[in-house]
Amino acid sequence: MKEYSLTNLRELEAEAIHIIREVAAEFENPVMLYSIGKDSSVMVRLAEKAFYPGKVPFPLMHIDSKWKFREMIEFRDNYAKEKGWDLIVHYNKKGFESGIGPFSHGSKVHTDVMKTQALLEGLSKYKFDAAFGGARRDEEKSRAKERIFSFRDKFHQWDPKNQRPELWNIYNARVHKGESIRVFPLSNWTELDIWQYIRLEEIPIVPLYFSKERPIVEMDGNLIMADDDRMPKELVEKAQMRKVRFRTLGCYPLTGAVESEADTIEKIVEEMMTVTVSERTTRVIDFDQEASMEQKKREGYF
Amino acid sequence: MTTLTNNLDIRAFLDQDQKKDLLRLLTAGSVDDGKSTLIGRLMFDSKMIYEDQLAALERDSKRVGHAGEDIDYALLLDGLKAEREQGITIDVAYRYFSTAKRKFIIADTPGHEQYTRNMITGGSTANLAIILIDATKGVITQTRRHTFLVSLLGIKHVVLAVNKMDLVDFSQKIFDDICSDYKKFVTQLDIPDVNFIPLSALKGDNVVELSPKMPWYHGKSMLEFLEAVHVSSDRNYDDFRFPVQYVLRPDRDFRGFAGQVASGIVKPGDSIMALPSRKTSKVKAIPGYDGDQEQAFPPQSVTLVLEDEIDISRGEMLVNPDNLPRMERHFEAMLVWMDEEPMDISTQFFLKQTTNTTRARIDMIRHKVDVNTLEKSEVKNLTLNEIGRAVLTTAKPLFFDPYKKNKNTGSFVLIHPVTNNTVAVGMILDKLDSKNLPSRITDVEKETIRKGKSLISAESREKRFNQKGMTLWFTGLHGSGKNELAFSLEKKLFDDGATVVLLDGSSVRPGLSRELDFSPADRAENLRRVAHICKILNDQGIITICSFISRNNSIRGQVSEIIGQDKFHLFFMDASLEYCRNNKPELYKKADKGETENLPGADLEFEKPAHANLVFNPEENELNLDRISDYLEKNKIFPLK
Repeated sequence: MKEYSLTNLRELEAEAIHIIREVAAEFENPVMLYSIGKDSSVMVRLAEKAFYPGKVPFPLMHIDSKWKFREMIEFRDNYAKEKGWDLIVHYNKKGFESGIGPFSHGSKVHTDVMKTQALLEGLSKYKFDAAFGGARRDEEKSRAKERIFSFRDKFHQWDPKNQRPELWNIYNARVHKGESIRVFPLSNWTELDIWQYIRLEEIPIVPLYFSKERPIVEMDGNLIMADDDRMPKELVEKAQMRKVRFRTLGCYPLTGAVESEADTIEKIVEEMMTVTVSERTTRVIDFDQEASMEQKKREGYF
Repeated sequence: MTTLTNNLDIRAFLDQDQKKDLLRLLTAGSVDDGKSTLIGRLMFDSKMIYEDQLAALERDSKRVGHAGEDIDYALLLDGLKAEREQGITIDVAYRYFSTAKRKFIIADTPGHEQYTRNMITGGSTANLAIILIDATKGVITQTRRHTFLVSLLGIKHVVLAVNKMDLVDFSQKIFDDICSDYKKFVTQLDIPDVNFIPLSALKGDNVVELSPKMPWYHGKSMLEFLEAVHVSSDRNYDDFRFPVQYVLRPDRDFRGFAGQVASGIVKPGDSIMALPSRKTSKVKAIPGYDGDQEQAFPPQSVTLVLEDEIDISRGEMLVNPDNLPRMERHFEAMLVWMDEEPMDISTQFFLKQTTNTTRARIDMIRHKVDVNTLEKSEVKNLTLNEIGRAVLTTAKPLFFDPYKKNKNTGSFVLIHPVTNNTVAVGMILDKLDSKNLPSRITDVEKETIRKGKSLISAESREKRFNQKGMTLWFTGLHGSGKNELAFSLEKKLFDDGATVVLLDGSSVRPGLSRELDFSPADRAENLRRVAHICKILNDQGIITICSFISRNNSIRGQVSEIIGQDKFHLFFMDASLEYCRNNKPELYKKADKGETENLPGADLEFEKPAHANLVFNPEENELNLDRISDYLEKNKIFPLK
């Protein structure tokens, strides 16, 4: 029977492809949210596999908070062009024009306006009835309880106490007008699975994940990179070159680096398996309040 | 066992790690059984709990922890804020951990009765179930409930984890007694592989490593067991079933059928049949992003290209032509009701099975099963967390195998057409043939529809027509002569001045019921429509004469309910089967040869009416007509004057 058993990665791959195809078949207007991060990169690869030799039959959408690392945007534009993706870039125009940013308004306001509101605005603007996200259940406690097809009411809200039962590989895709489903094909993947898959499939990722000398400012114990001149001068002046990498990617003023020598996937995994800090702790936004991610999810953030 | 040493070659480690397989498991037990503690320890000891989570945990423990000064492993697991404050987990939560041999996905579900639906949700994809027992309490009602649900879901491996052995002095006798109690119960259920492990989750005995405190135990520790249990052969590799999920047509030259292999193995060159069209072809290739595959097996998601161009769309199924699934619209299933709103049997649900969605109705609940005692009882409908054996009819045929044989083609969900909630889940049974299942005429008074008020009174109609609008319903076998009598009656009444309408198969089948077949379910639907026509006509003062086999008391009873018992007059043409066969041999001969099916008297049972208003002998047509005339006059149906 050994011949007919799948490895963990191939079983996860089969499950994710099934989920992605199911959405393409059952929804009128799905979109894949692309965050430029490593999980997104895996998710997009799975979508490409699901419809090979055809093209992915739905667009990708990046919610640009306008404060992403420059290398992320560069990577996004090059890769999308090379692959011929149908990529939508959406940002909160009002928020941008009124100058909302993490340095001036703090992480809470910035995240709310430039991420959560921007996302909801983007979803409403194009009337998407399903949106893929790359979230994993092992990332964070409230996600552990969320379904793969996660129902959102017309205000994009998640109700953890009122989730649809989800059994076998049968997904309920029925929604009324204005309601939608967030779909998480990577729900059952762990961080290690993601890295293993990137290694196995040779999936390109943003270089920020690999260790390099970067200009770093220490802010409240977080190692923040001086990525552009919007960082206040008095902070930039304190910047020092340090060998760091990023375990997650987001808005540069809100994403802490870790000191690391890991410049290959193998070294990253080695570091990960022995490291003492879990992944999301380098995202400043999670520490705003107790159970903050659950709160954000209820409000419509992933 | 799972510790990574720093000098281990990371490349070799990753290459090895990439090859490990996946075990999905369900844990069942209540908060008090120490389930969360067991899971916490399994995860902790396999080094997947990062230190900062531990640090956060210590902080949380001080505030709401329940384990005194010790680290509360359970707190690692209870995620949502509200639940943390209540001190219970309320939904399915998924946990992940890994050893060098396997990756594990735990569906952690609560033990409280109210949340049966969550255990069903969490367990649907599990290969194995850990059922927690408190050694100080032994086998309790909850244990039985969990075990029943596990067997209902078709989980083939069970581990009974007898926890809190530290509180019973690691007593072998207590452990043995619990095991023998459990064995007595579990033999009633269909679980092929049952195992027993004594442990203490709190102290860590027999969780990861064998404990010196229980030298009498010679089995594996929990983690060793989970790493070793063989599950890949649990899948069905015999019956090739490929539900078509998505048709790929990137250009004119390529047409691929994308889907996940539900069961069986397929290779290029294999013959396949497409259902429901029954068109056959061969598999040309299994192309993919990483090149062509030599074979595909469950649960791979692949794309099949066929030799011939056959029109196939989503919801259809490719199968092995020598090994077909069942194709029915009428079947039985175990239903678990998952919705807060109780089942309303008049609802036309959406049923989703594999990639196929169709309308479905519930004909009846045969019985409800009490999850605690396994006792069966008669009920009309199901409410939240109730489980029953139900008969269903779908609008389109389903291609299925019994759940026991094939989880992927034997499972379905019911979706409410208005709320869109997943209200029930089902596991298809094959205990009875479709034709022997009871059918239901779906009919419920729609009180919300306001009746139009006619300006003509019933009395005026009676006066005008000199008759009462009633239904004269002829039942009897095919070839019994009921039609002949019905037509003679129509002529006689017409000649005598009555206003009559005759309905029989030849008048309703070609138009009104043209999409229906002769299965019991569709026969019932056909009669429902006829009954409603009768009701309308009777209300307008017109006499209806109906000639339909209407094969059993249940169906005739349902028809009379619709028409109104006071307006329904049942006439039975009591001819012997032999008489019928001689009279109309063609159809019976076809049935004998198996060329036709669902013929009452042949392969379907015909039940004589218990209370017919008149019973006739077919050879006495003249006399029969007179008897009906007398009956109509005596009962003041026609003529009134």
